[in-house]
Amino acid sequence: MTTDLPGSKPAAWPESYGAEAKPRVGFFTDTTLCIGCKACEVACKEWNLVPEDGFVWTGHSYDNTGALSANSWRHVAFIEQQKPLRVDRDTLGVGGEDPAGLRWLMSSDVCKHCTHAACLDVCPTGALFRTEFGTVVVQQDVCNGCGYCVPACPFGVIDRRMIEDAPGDGAAQKCTLCYDRTKGGLEPACAKACPTNSIQFGELGDLRAHARQRLATVQASGFADAQLYGADPTDGVGGFGAFFLLLDDPEVYGLPPDPVVTTRDLPAIWGSALAAAGALAITIGLAFAKQRR
Amino acid sequence: MSREPSPAFQPQSQSARRTAQTAPASGESAPGFRSYYGQPIIKEPIWKPEVPVYFFCGGLAGASASLALAARLAGNARLARHATFAGMAGIGVSPILLILDLGKPARFYHMLRVVKLTSPMSVGTWILSGTGAALTLAAGCEALGILPSVKLAAQAVAGLLGLPLSTYTAALLADTAVPIWHDARRELPFVFAGSAAASAGAVAMLTTSPEEAGPARRMAVAGAVLELAAVRAMERRLGELVGEPYRQGVAGRFSRVARACTAAGATVVAVAGRKRAGAIVGGVLLLGGSFLERWAVFKAGQQSARDPKYTVIPQRARAQRDGTSVTTLPAIT
Repeated sequence: MTTDLPGSKPAAWPESYGAEAKPRVGFFTDTTLCIGCKACEVACKEWNLVPEDGFVWTGHSYDNTGALSANSWRHVAFIEQQKPLRVDRDTLGVGGEDPAGLRWLMSSDVCKHCTHAACLDVCPTGALFRTEFGTVVVQQDVCNGCGYCVPACPFGVIDRRMIEDAPGDGAAQKCTLCYDRTKGGLEPACAKACPTNSIQFGELGDLRAHARQRLATVQASGFADAQLYGADPTDGVGGFGAFFLLLDDPEVYGLPPDPVVTTRDLPAIWGSALAAAGALAITIGLAFAKQRR
Repeated sequence: MSREPSPAFQPQSQSARRTAQTAPASGESAPGFRSYYGQPIIKEPIWKPEVPVYFFCGGLAGASASLALAARLAGNARLARHATFAGMAGIGVSPILLILDLGKPARFYHMLRVVKLTSPMSVGTWILSGTGAALTLAAGCEALGILPSVKLAAQAVAGLLGLPLSTYTAALLADTAVPIWHDARRELPFVFAGSAAASAGAVAMLTTSPEEAGPARRMAVAGAVLELAAVRAMERRLGELVGEPYRQGVAGRFSRVARACTAAGATVVAVAGRKRAGAIVGGVLLLGGSFLERWAVFKAGQQSARDPKYTVIPQRARAQRDGTSVTTLPAIT
């Protein structure tokens, strides 16, 4: 029951867990339902004791969180677009065309819990690990704050907390998909708090099937740019554990359009490092060969 | 350096948007992409200056250990001695630099509980530990003049491990999402190998009399040539857009100075390296070039991560060319 997901699966999961393996869980964030209330950000902070991230005005619509970071594990993006709007009179009784209408896009971003997770691959201490639910979590008592996961993440999610005396200071931080709650059979705090069900938690296979139906509905309502982001197990990270329904291209929301796990190129990386080591040996060898002549 | 206001913020018709997306990626004068208020997509590396300093010291130590082994085998005892001590100096400061950079320095040994081939930092920790232990043993025997066979064995281990010690740091950078590092994965290790050879040759040349430093001079010049050739190949591979940080801002300045120092140092050593003054001037220039090149690579990574265009434009082009986008595009009828 744990391997009913088509396409790629995380390395060594679920087999390494044996009988303790659980179905892979994740988030489907349906941004068409998001109203920008930030209840997810607050619920996450409350449940996970995430410290404040600075109180600043960014000037970017209603977004004063800015980005995902060590101290923001959910981030609601606000995008104001001028786009021709059409409201159907038949259904609402009121409506018409507005050629310069305002479209407001809102989306709650989170760690993608990648099938092939770069942060986990490059972690030199084993602090980052794959849970029995197929999610990716940092063990706070193991991480030594080397910072390698930070530039390895193709989404810029994981970050190191640098707040003196705060819990987790000096260690890498990110969404755990509420590992404690999922272990207890509860849904993560953000999904629980979301008042419109924009954040949906469940078994990944179910979420993907539901998302495809939802995409068809949204497209049929006239949103031609609507797209699923991260629901394809053949993409560069093997599909996301937390994926999205977006109303515009991913880069508009601050998401990479075609992310690739960096370790996919590891054979080439190690190959050229070894070849360069060989070149160094030859350089030294030639320096002495000439001496003998 | 001014950037267009976030294209996501601008009124754009569908057709204007499509045109903007397919516009050629010709540097920052062309917006050519959309973003979230111009904010970065990936996180900037958080490593402190200790890390590029370590890249230099580790490279110097690794190439010096290999030079020491070659000199020992060739019977050049003085050169072997000096290269061993130079390697010892480099490898002595390396762990300190790395531990200082950790967010939890007291937990540095957590890296020594794991071996992970998918993590160049894990592999590198073991290469550094092995080289460090062997080099310390070799340098100890050398300084005290004892146990010649143990010294030779330790020298051999250090000399062989020193080769990957000089290049794994490039693999470490390449194994990230930073476009200017990841896209240079085939060339960057050769840049580091050349840079390490130039610096180790330079130190051996500076500490050894010109009559006995012949191999060190040749190694320094050959390393500088390798470094400059690899840099050229790397820039060609990266292309105009992704390679832009090597021509702009702090990274651009360091990059230009580094290459000038390396080229000048190699020329001085080749022409006048047999004279003491020539060896000193050329050696110092080569050391400066090697250090500044690592610094340029480090700064270029920060600049590459900071601007979303280096992430978005190539990915958008790839997605449109190969149809490998993570998005399921709607069927418009």
